Amino acid sequence: MEITRTARPYWIALLALTAAMLLSILVGSVQISFAALVEALRSGAETTAGKILFSLRLPRTILVAMTGAALAGSGTAYQGLFRNPLADPYLIGVASGAGLGAVAAMSLRWPYTTFGLMAVPLAAFASGLLTVAIVYALAKVGRAIPASNLILAGVAVSSFTTALTSFLMLRSNGELRRALAWLLGGATMSGWQPVLALLPYLVVGLGILLTLGHALNVLQFGDEQAQQLGLPVTRVRRLIIIAASLTTAAAVSFAGIIGFVGLIIPHILRLLTGADYRRLLPLSLVGGAALLLAADVLARVLLAPQELPVGIVTALAGAPFFLWVLRRSRQANFWS
Amino acid sequence: MLEVRDLSAAYSGKHVLKDLNFCLQAGEMLAVIGPNGAGKSTLVRVLSGILPPQSGQVLFNGKNLAKLPPAERAQLIAVVPQARSIPPAYTAWQVVMLGRTPYLNWFGQTSPQDEELVHLAMERTSTLELAPRLVGELSGGELQRVLLARALVQTTPVLLLDEPTTHLDLQYQISLLNQVQDLIHRPAGWALANGHGAPGALVVLHDLNLVARFADRVLLLVQGQLRALGSVSEVLQPELLSEAFGIALDVVQNPIGAHPLVVAR
Repeated sequence: MEITRTARPYWIALLALTAAMLLSILVGSVQISFAALVEALRSGAETTAGKILFSLRLPRTILVAMTGAALAGSGTAYQGLFRNPLADPYLIGVASGAGLGAVAAMSLRWPYTTFGLMAVPLAAFASGLLTVAIVYALAKVGRAIPASNLILAGVAVSSFTTALTSFLMLRSNGELRRALAWLLGGATMSGWQPVLALLPYLVVGLGILLTLGHALNVLQFGDEQAQQLGLPVTRVRRLIIIAASLTTAAAVSFAGIIGFVGLIIPHILRLLTGADYRRLLPLSLVGGAALLLAADVLARVLLAPQELPVGIVTALAGAPFFLWVLRRSRQANFWS
Repeated sequence: MLEVRDLSAAYSGKHVLKDLNFCLQAGEMLAVIGPNGAGKSTLVRVLSGILPPQSGQVLFNGKNLAKLPPAERAQLIAVVPQARSIPPAYTAWQVVMLGRTPYLNWFGQTSPQDEELVHLAMERTSTLELAPRLVGELSGGELQRVLLARALVQTTPVLLLDEPTTHLDLQYQISLLNQVQDLIHRPAGWALANGHGAPGALVVLHDLNLVARFADRVLLLVQGQLRALGSVSEVLQPELLSEAFGIALDVVQNPIGAHPLVVAR
């Protein structure tokens, strides 16, 4: 009697991810043919193609995939937490809040080692959490958070933190100018170091988020009903915020501020597979990775040999999508 | 069974309920009536643990409910909310299954027994054929029955219904309350899974004629205080009601039925 739980959406998402990964590995300033890829995989990093593959393309592909998964996963969690189809780590200001923390940490000392790289997300996490708390407090009216308030508060806080970040960068000289390209959402950090530094944060953050599907389902009925159904609402909410903010902060620390992935993916998935968060969460990780990889490939080929920050590509595609969701949700009376 | 003792509640310092004392018995339908702002919904919120009481206690078989963790409380008290504020994109089956939440683990893993209970509850509330449909597509009457089924699978000895008939057509008002009455007077074996007796239901109702027809006892709340508590004929008195509602009301014998009728004079 339960609605059919086929594995089909997972296969489709995995297929899209595989295709996007292949594209991301093969396409770039030096095109690698499929044959060269197979050859490189067989012989290791000895050929030119092999060198490019193992020291540049592969780590970048994995970093971008992880970032996409992180953004979409935390976007799904925020949408569920705020019961708002427009929530996204970028739009509610967490991403730019985390960005401020990351830049502040980098301005103290540019991270050269893996350990140095691992300290950045902690600063980003702290300021990201602080940002959610502020946005939350600003948007709250009584016990409810009207959808429009959340976005308005997010925009205001986001502008403020972005201004602080810009100020920090202007004041600094030398190293921190690198942060500008990073901040626009380009995976300018290369090699395996950022991948390794990001991994533990994502394992923890996404690991927690993946367990929260059932709790998020119950939360969709509002705090009162959730509590009447036996959910420890305050504890659950806190856990979601911490896990989603950690995930966002980690992604921002290594890939810059990339908007709209966390908006687009959960929305499309909800249309395709329904509202069950136990399915939405894992699917959003795969879908987010695939989407950001595709955007990253576009960013590399659109103005080749010049590379666009991927944040520009996602914003160009995401902003119209945002407007579409806005229209749709108004019609569907999502705003109550 | 459920005992309310010296209960007071307040929103930001403003008293909403004052020194309430009453009991809800197993197998009875207790209707709570009163003018708007009398504290009826607040009473439901306090009983279900949403709003902590300012003073006094809510006891279940002597156990203080305020001290129980949410899941344990939800195994004793189920709430049928008003049909609005239900997320539209879940199927009816999924919504009813969420009633098992107090018994499920963190991941919401369900067992064949849970599925069986959901099946039985949906059968009992005539919602089984709605199971695969999205609740956003259901009519108010259908949705309210789905929410009743959700409360049933919580298999609690106490049911709270907060104005369950407000958004329903007359036919659905009658059939819903018929079902509730049936459930508490002739409970199914599976609904007593927790070893409690027949459930007692506290129902907030606006329509006094529905009260006259369905309630076993009536509690009249006025400005947060208990004004009267007793059988239908004891509480549905013209003087009491006229004073409570601030309008002249008459209670007349229904010429074609057993229940009295309340009419404005």
